[in-house]
Amino acid sequence: MNFPILSSIIFLPLIGSFFVFLTKAEKNERNKSAIYVSIFTSVVNFFLSLFLWYSFDNTTSDFQFVEELNWISGIIKFKLGIDGISILFILLTTLITPICVISCINSIKSRLKEFLIAILILETFMIGVFCSLDLVIFYLFFEAGLIPMFLIIGIWGGPRKVYSAFKFFLFTLLGSVLMLVAIIAIYWIVGTTDVTEIYKIQIPKEFQYLLWLAFFSSFAVKLPMWPVHTWLPDAHVEAPTAGSVILAAILLKMGGYGFLRFSIGMFPIASEYFVPLIFTLSVIAIIYASLVALMQEDMKKLIAYSSVAHMGFVTLGIFTFNKQGLEGSIIQMLSHGLIAAALFFSVGILYDRTHSRLIKSYGGLVNSLPKYSFFLMIFVLASLGLPGTSGFVGEFLVLVGVFKSNFLVAILASTGVILAAAYMLWLYKRVIFGNVSNNDLKKISDVNIYEFSILIILTTLVIFFGFYPDPLLKTIHVSIDNLINNYNLAIAKAVVLK
Amino acid sequence: MIPIKYIIPEIFLSISIFSLIIFGVFKKESFSAVYKASILIISLLFLMILTNDNEPIKIFNNSINLDNFSIFVKFLILISTFFILIISRRYLVDINNNKFEYPIIILLSILGMFIMVSANDLIVFYLGLELQSLSLYILAAIDRDNLKSSEAGLKYFVLSALSSGLLLYGCSLLYGFTGSTNFEIISNSIGDLKTGTIFAMVFILVGLAFKVSAVPFHMWTPDVYQGAPTSVTSFFSVVPKIAGIAVFIRFMYVPFNEIINQWQFILIFISIASMILGAVAAIGQGNIKRLFAYSSIGHIGYAIAGIAAGTENGLKSTLIYITIYSIMNIGAFGFIFLMKRGTKYIEEIDELAGLSKNHPMMSLSLLVILFSLAGIPPLAGFFAKFYIFMSVIESGMYTLAIIGLVTTVVSAFYYIRIVKIMYFDDPRKPFENDKEYGIYTSMAISCLLLITFFLYPSIFSEILSNISIY
Repeated sequence: MNFPILSSIIFLPLIGSFFVFLTKAEKNERNKSAIYVSIFTSVVNFFLSLFLWYSFDNTTSDFQFVEELNWISGIIKFKLGIDGISILFILLTTLITPICVISCINSIKSRLKEFLIAILILETFMIGVFCSLDLVIFYLFFEAGLIPMFLIIGIWGGPRKVYSAFKFFLFTLLGSVLMLVAIIAIYWIVGTTDVTEIYKIQIPKEFQYLLWLAFFSSFAVKLPMWPVHTWLPDAHVEAPTAGSVILAAILLKMGGYGFLRFSIGMFPIASEYFVPLIFTLSVIAIIYASLVALMQEDMKKLIAYSSVAHMGFVTLGIFTFNKQGLEGSIIQMLSHGLIAAALFFSVGILYDRTHSRLIKSYGGLVNSLPKYSFFLMIFVLASLGLPGTSGFVGEFLVLVGVFKSNFLVAILASTGVILAAAYMLWLYKRVIFGNVSNNDLKKISDVNIYEFSILIILTTLVIFFGFYPDPLLKTIHVSIDNLINNYNLAIAKAVVLK
Repeated sequence: MIPIKYIIPEIFLSISIFSLIIFGVFKKESFSAVYKASILIISLLFLMILTNDNEPIKIFNNSINLDNFSIFVKFLILISTFFILIISRRYLVDINNNKFEYPIIILLSILGMFIMVSANDLIVFYLGLELQSLSLYILAAIDRDNLKSSEAGLKYFVLSALSSGLLLYGCSLLYGFTGSTNFEIISNSIGDLKTGTIFAMVFILVGLAFKVSAVPFHMWTPDVYQGAPTSVTSFFSVVPKIAGIAVFIRFMYVPFNEIINQWQFILIFISIASMILGAVAAIGQGNIKRLFAYSSIGHIGYAIAGIAAGTENGLKSTLIYITIYSIMNIGAFGFIFLMKRGTKYIEEIDELAGLSKNHPMMSLSLLVILFSLAGIPPLAGFFAKFYIFMSVIESGMYTLAIIGLVTTVVSAFYYIRIVKIMYFDDPRKPFENDKEYGIYTSMAISCLLLITFFLYPSIFSEILSNISIY
């Protein structure tokens, strides 16, 4: 057996968190060793996953680096493996985690050690979600992430943290238990929970619809789709900066990943059947969330609603079942991962200095924070999909895909782009330009070295992939082709049977 | 020939109980010695059963069935009692209830359970049940100068005696209709005569449901749990539940196996009702013992769901569930024994506010236990529920599965409410407790088992693989 690289990437943060647990703070001092250990672990993990990407073979659609262990004897195997779709999400996770660790050096005032442990454990679960090739393992990682995230929001959150933490936990749990019923039902219907086997076997048509709905309930809450998105603004507003970043950048992507990997792969017939439902909900999400975002007074809430709108593009793209739509939705998820992370991080920088997230308490920041204003401009423009940023590539491809499959929906979705420009630019104008609204704002300092390094990394990536998305697209091409082929085959078979 | 060698553990237990009583009566201040001796006796019994390599056998004219099933349940009873005795010792001294009778009565109830779980005959079963129940009545009221404890004891006695009466009536009906008290003979002849035996089955079911405190026969549980001394509550919430579920399984799968269509719906109802009541009623509780009473009602609902599946997988999943439930409850009660200032024990949940600042390790352990009780992966509680719902869905009972899983969300609410109080709220006065190494070790073992269970989740199914009850 080869070196188990996937397991190492999954469990390295867990081991790191154990060492963080062992560190001790000197009296009245910040726990430096805990910070060093967690930065070291997460950066090593990032390089491991870069190596994984380097050695990834993008000419085949088979699952690679497959690891198989007997787990629950005779029933379930501990099976890991990646294809072109999952590897990019693993990279995103391992990239965002060190950024979060660095960002909390300044912003987390109490119980830093526990915070770092929670982040590292969460990283383990998130990577596990993207690697697992067995439904039960997937569910295990998918749900386990709730515990650290619940604690991150609840312990280090803002004034309404308890309400938000409970809402987040119970919404997500309620969505997922139905998925558990479906997973067990799949086991008794086809005799296995191994995803690759289920792809081959094809679940009988009459079961697909209910199973699809059960999976949908889980992914729709996680993504989130309208009307079950209400936990997201609350969770974002109350979570500490690093928590919001992880939530927006990675946790939301689990829903989209779930649709790609499980809903389409395992239930093609039901997926085709429910396209109108998805399109309706997505269009409502795009327009409604954009309009709501226009009205927000809290910066984090505004970005949270913009996330709901951007996720609407993702679901639209996935359920067009054509190459442009599917690839576009993946690029959209990745770029939203970078941009939303950067935006939440930028809001966090302001919040650390003034302890306010309200738009009206800012104004004229360009005078005192020129560097900050520059970075924020790039992220705002990327978020509204300016050509030359990664946000454009994703939205453009998705809209091309949707035009192919449904003209009306495409027109409606395009209005979302205009609305995004409206609320993002208006936000930027109110915060950065105009009169200096109060004198405290003149005293605050510009970005420091940690913040600068994070912002420059994110900016580079956003612009690089805006001009040259080829490395990403090359990685996913074959896997997406395979996904579409399997889907068309299954649909054709169903038509013939009719 | 009398097959003595098969019942050496029971004989050893009886002899030890008598010698301990004599020793306790003649020696003054004998609580500590008797207590330690009882723990020793339990460990010896454990070794005896562990080293026993007898083939599964039925002895005494087929009235006692020493199969793998009963051996496994006896293991579980012994281990749980061992840990509960260890964690509750200090409490008994602190509330000035260090009577030497206490451990002896616990041993007596264990003797009753041993007989009960290996019984293959209605009369032997009833003997064991009564020996167990009478010991439990005394235990509930053992703090006799305390009004609440006496009330709890009396309430438990009256209601439990009533249910024993119903159970006995059911047994007599069963004997009348089938002409035998032997489980196998009943099982063979029960298929032909329907109506009368259904009455008998329902009466017996009521009695059993009462003993495991399943809804609608749960009324006594919250009051007894709250009123009885905490040491007794911790015992009640684990050991009699194990024995009760084991007997429940044996009745449903051996004598009533042929009329599964009749009892399956009753069990589904009991299971759903227990899960819903356990989840909803616990939300408003402020007393941690009362909360755990409702929580245990809910958990019994899940265990009964496994029995209701009516398959061999269902039986095993129930055993796995009750095992993991015991691990979690021992840890949780270890925590409750640490909630004290000086010698004053605290039962209010609100007093836990901000505990994570004052006692980080203690609250971390409870965090693990609570998330496990709520059934969140990757902790052991999730796998317990997973096995149960595997067998429930195997039998095609989707409604039961969906209701069961939705109630886990509701019950997750009150479990994480405690987490919220410990971690999110502002700290209050810290607890003051001495170094209680017994409790620390038990809680550490419990938490480690819960956390590491996902590494080897099929451990119990492998242990249980050769268990067959038919």
